[in-house]
Amino acid sequence: MTTGTVDDVTTSEPLIVLESVNKWFGPLHVLDNVSLSVGRGEVVVVIGPSGSGKSTLCRTINRLEPITSGSITFDGQPLPAEGRALAKLRSEVGMVFQSFNLFAHKTILQNVTLGPIKVRREKPAAARERGLALLDRVGIANQADKFPAQLSGGQQQRVAIARALAMQPKAMLFDEPTSALDPEMVGEVLDVMTSLAREGMTMVVVTHEMGFARHAANRVVFMADGQLVEDAPPTEFFANPRSERAKDFLSKILTH
Amino acid sequence: MSVLIDKFDVFASGFWLTLQICFLAAIGALILGSVVAVLRISPVPPLRAVGTAYVNIFRNLPLTIVMFFAAFGLPALGSNADFLRIPGLDIVFSRLGTDLPYFRFGLIALTLYTAAFVCEALRSGVNAVPAGQAEAARSLGLTFTQNLRYVVLPQSWAASVVPLGSVIIAMIKNSALIGFFGVVGDLSATADQLTSAGGEPFIPVAIGISIGYLIMTVPLGMLLDRIEQRQAVAR
Repeated sequence: MTTGTVDDVTTSEPLIVLESVNKWFGPLHVLDNVSLSVGRGEVVVVIGPSGSGKSTLCRTINRLEPITSGSITFDGQPLPAEGRALAKLRSEVGMVFQSFNLFAHKTILQNVTLGPIKVRREKPAAARERGLALLDRVGIANQADKFPAQLSGGQQQRVAIARALAMQPKAMLFDEPTSALDPEMVGEVLDVMTSLAREGMTMVVVTHEMGFARHAANRVVFMADGQLVEDAPPTEFFANPRSERAKDFLSKILTH
Repeated sequence: MSVLIDKFDVFASGFWLTLQICFLAAIGALILGSVVAVLRISPVPPLRAVGTAYVNIFRNLPLTIVMFFAAFGLPALGSNADFLRIPGLDIVFSRLGTDLPYFRFGLIALTLYTAAFVCEALRSGVNAVPAGQAEAARSLGLTFTQNLRYVVLPQSWAASVVPLGSVIIAMIKNSALIGFFGVVGDLSATADQLTSAGGEPFIPVAIGISIGYLIMTVPLGMLLDRIEQRQAVAR
């Protein structure tokens, strides 16, 4: 491979592009003209006060929330309308939720293999093998036959990450993955996410974990009142926020 | 009270006919109700509208009116509901195949009416499944049908079964109306047959008929209680 092709990779078109995205919930303008692009292998952390639209932003990327206007493209393709094409796109974008959302009636292993078997039509034996490897990777292989309710929150969230990874996604969306966890379990989930980031997974992470933003993010995006206020590398953002809103937000969360 | 023993065969045949129509209507209503429920939760707005319209009509009309439409409207339209003369089935349920169509009309009315309530019982079960379950399934790329089949319905069943049972119990009691719409010889019509035509005293006959309905409904109710207790333990 020549150096020229390496340059091509780094300058190739971004994986996720949002352009002038607007979203209204009735009279509420939750996304106000938001534009954002996420390159391949990039880790973008979205922070901001509650109700600033950051979760909604994350959920528009796989169209769990349809947008009112603007455009979103994933891997060069505009998001399709509801239907088989959208299902296919969603299978390529992993999502991790605040409340884990593991399938309550299925075992841990079944949670991880359902997508590969039903969506990707993989052979159950192959899906099982990879599922167990993924569970091993997130440190819960010995719980494979338990049900979600028998696991701690941190363990459930790690299973949820394994479930998303089992689809071999091109990107991962994290919607406040540690907000529902007891404090002592936050670390184990962040460790898994950090290792994913190091391996070059493209990630959009909505979080209040400033430590994670500092050491794992390529860029920090600050949102307030539905607007994307700042977009900067973490060192720059935390040392020297430009907007008043960001300064105010950081002063509130970093002083204690 | 000797009428209960002397005319046991009359009660028994009335019981059998009511059991037949309830069995058939329950199956019909469960199938039709499931279809309407899928329409009502479908992501396609026109399908949702059809499902909602169905429920709004049949849940809100008195069963008597639905029976009128079936028993007098269908013949006026030239239909004897002959599509219900299902080969094979009409051997076990002989009234399905008779030339006199009122059993079939009664069955249609009871099925259409009950299906609206079956739909709502199923839907309440689906609504009891946390929205995050379906969201997680969608985010994995499961289609609407796969989502229902592998994620939502297996979990909604537990919340649906008790209300569904209540719907079926109500349907068994509602079936008493068919005697007034031309169906000869069901359990409720037995009263008229024995008292007016047979000159039997009313109260013992009414007691006999009540026992007949209770034999169908009480065990069903007890079964539901058992299921409810099992679920409470499992939780």
